[in-house]
Amino acid sequence: MTYTNQDLALELRDVGKTFRKKRNEYAHALKSVSLELRRGECVGILGPNGSGKSTLVRVISTLTTQDSGEVRIFGHDAVREAKTVQRYMNRVSVEASFFKKMSSLENLLFGAKLYGVSDSESRPRIKEILDGVGFDYKRINEPMEHLSRGMQQKIALARALLTSPVLMLLDEPTTGLDPRSKKDVQALVQRIRADHDSTILLCTHDMDEAEQLCDRIGILLNGELVAIDTVQGLKQHYQKDGVLPTLEEVFMAATGSTLEEAEYADELDAEPVAQGA
Amino acid sequence: MHLAAGLKTRPNWQREAIAIWGYVQRNYFLTKRYFMWELVWLVYSVMNALTIGFIGVGFGGTSEDAARVTTYLLIGTLIWSYLSMIFDLLSETVSWERWEGTIEYTFMSPASRAAQLVGMGVYAVLYGIVRMIIMLGVISLFFDMSLGDANYLGALGMLAICSVSLVGFGMVAAVMPLLSPEKGQQVTSIVTAVLLLVSGIYYEVDVLPGWLQPLSVMSPVTYALDGIRDMLLDGASFASQWENVWPLLIMGLIFPPLGLWLFHEGEMFAKRTGRLKRSG
Repeated sequence: MTYTNQDLALELRDVGKTFRKKRNEYAHALKSVSLELRRGECVGILGPNGSGKSTLVRVISTLTTQDSGEVRIFGHDAVREAKTVQRYMNRVSVEASFFKKMSSLENLLFGAKLYGVSDSESRPRIKEILDGVGFDYKRINEPMEHLSRGMQQKIALARALLTSPVLMLLDEPTTGLDPRSKKDVQALVQRIRADHDSTILLCTHDMDEAEQLCDRIGILLNGELVAIDTVQGLKQHYQKDGVLPTLEEVFMAATGSTLEEAEYADELDAEPVAQGA
Repeated sequence: MHLAAGLKTRPNWQREAIAIWGYVQRNYFLTKRYFMWELVWLVYSVMNALTIGFIGVGFGGTSEDAARVTTYLLIGTLIWSYLSMIFDLLSETVSWERWEGTIEYTFMSPASRAAQLVGMGVYAVLYGIVRMIIMLGVISLFFDMSLGDANYLGALGMLAICSVSLVGFGMVAAVMPLLSPEKGQQVTSIVTAVLLLVSGIYYEVDVLPGWLQPLSVMSPVTYALDGIRDMLLDGASFASQWENVWPLLIMGLIFPPLGLWLFHEGEMFAKRTGRLKRSG
């Protein structure tokens, strides 16, 4: 099935990215990745550490320029029209990017201003959004470093919502959270989908999370998108003897290893990437 | 819960003005949160100024000579404290974000780099003025300075022009941590040290070896100090300082746009090579 540009929130066409590790040694982080997200859709990208998930998110969020291919967000080229596409999106990453000595309120006010939202507009919305994400408003003036990881992720989601993004990039938002906080954040993502006209790209290595939250799931391995479909579609594609596999089994069939094995192999292969000049 | 509101449509210049104010306010928040460290640096700067002042007192000679030398040294100390802080704050723009882990969030936002650098510059100037006033207040309790004929307005005008040049100079230096996350900030620290050496902070630049003197010509601080000393110590008029004003005006016209252009190019390079991330 093909969609018109009007329907597409995000289009990646043959996107490739290679980093130089050492002299004459290169790491191919993305290899000709093509992907489309329709408006309002939530697509999960499953992959072990080092599979290219974070590079994919960095390329979409204009932090890294691809070597080849094209990224379009609501029809706008992410390289040539970076400022336009930046207004459409926001990102929540695995590590909360905050000024840790500053309070939640101070961080939220600053984050909103970067998107052209003034204090008088953001202050009333902060209370409303924090109530919505289940954050105790009495702690709004505490430094971020006093808050738990779960609370910090709620503030990160609140900061993203404050700018009303139509494309949300969630890069392992629940990694490292305790089970309770993880469930809270997942519930929040579901509520955002229900209440907010957002398209979501969720990178994760949590199979259950992907199955629970996403309309479609892609599997990224060594920079290649080896499969993408609905959960049901993936299961049907990889079924054997008429028995539908679990998502873990789908991952094994598509990649030849379990997620844990893929991560272990990646750790063995991993070498520090030389970024300094 | 109703989460969707949509960004208010407003002209680009208004969004940029809000972002500039955001950077100024954020730096104020950070100064407040790191208050004890700010106090430590202020106390250190004051003690440093007093130490240098006492060197002037110990110079001996007539009391008039001693007062003039003391005032000469203290003007250098105060102006350097103000201008070097502007340069340091600007040049640490990228390093700060990296230390705090916010670089990715800031650089993927739609606020322009110009807004970021101008916001940093405005805060640096405001904060530098407050620090300088406090230092001046403490210093005046210890020393009888030779400022009877001082042309204060002219000196302030010279300082204002030099501030613009230094903001631009800092913008140029701010690109270094983008080009090299590991070594960039160290390079800017070396630039600060060289400025201290060649700008005539505590001595006339003509005492420098001949091969170093061309560097003093390139430093905006050299012109600012020369002019400010003439106006504060001898009451010279602003108009008589044209030889110091025109180089500062030219640097003020060249450095800020050059800094913005270099920063843009540095950002593009960092995006191509994957350097735009929280860890080096």
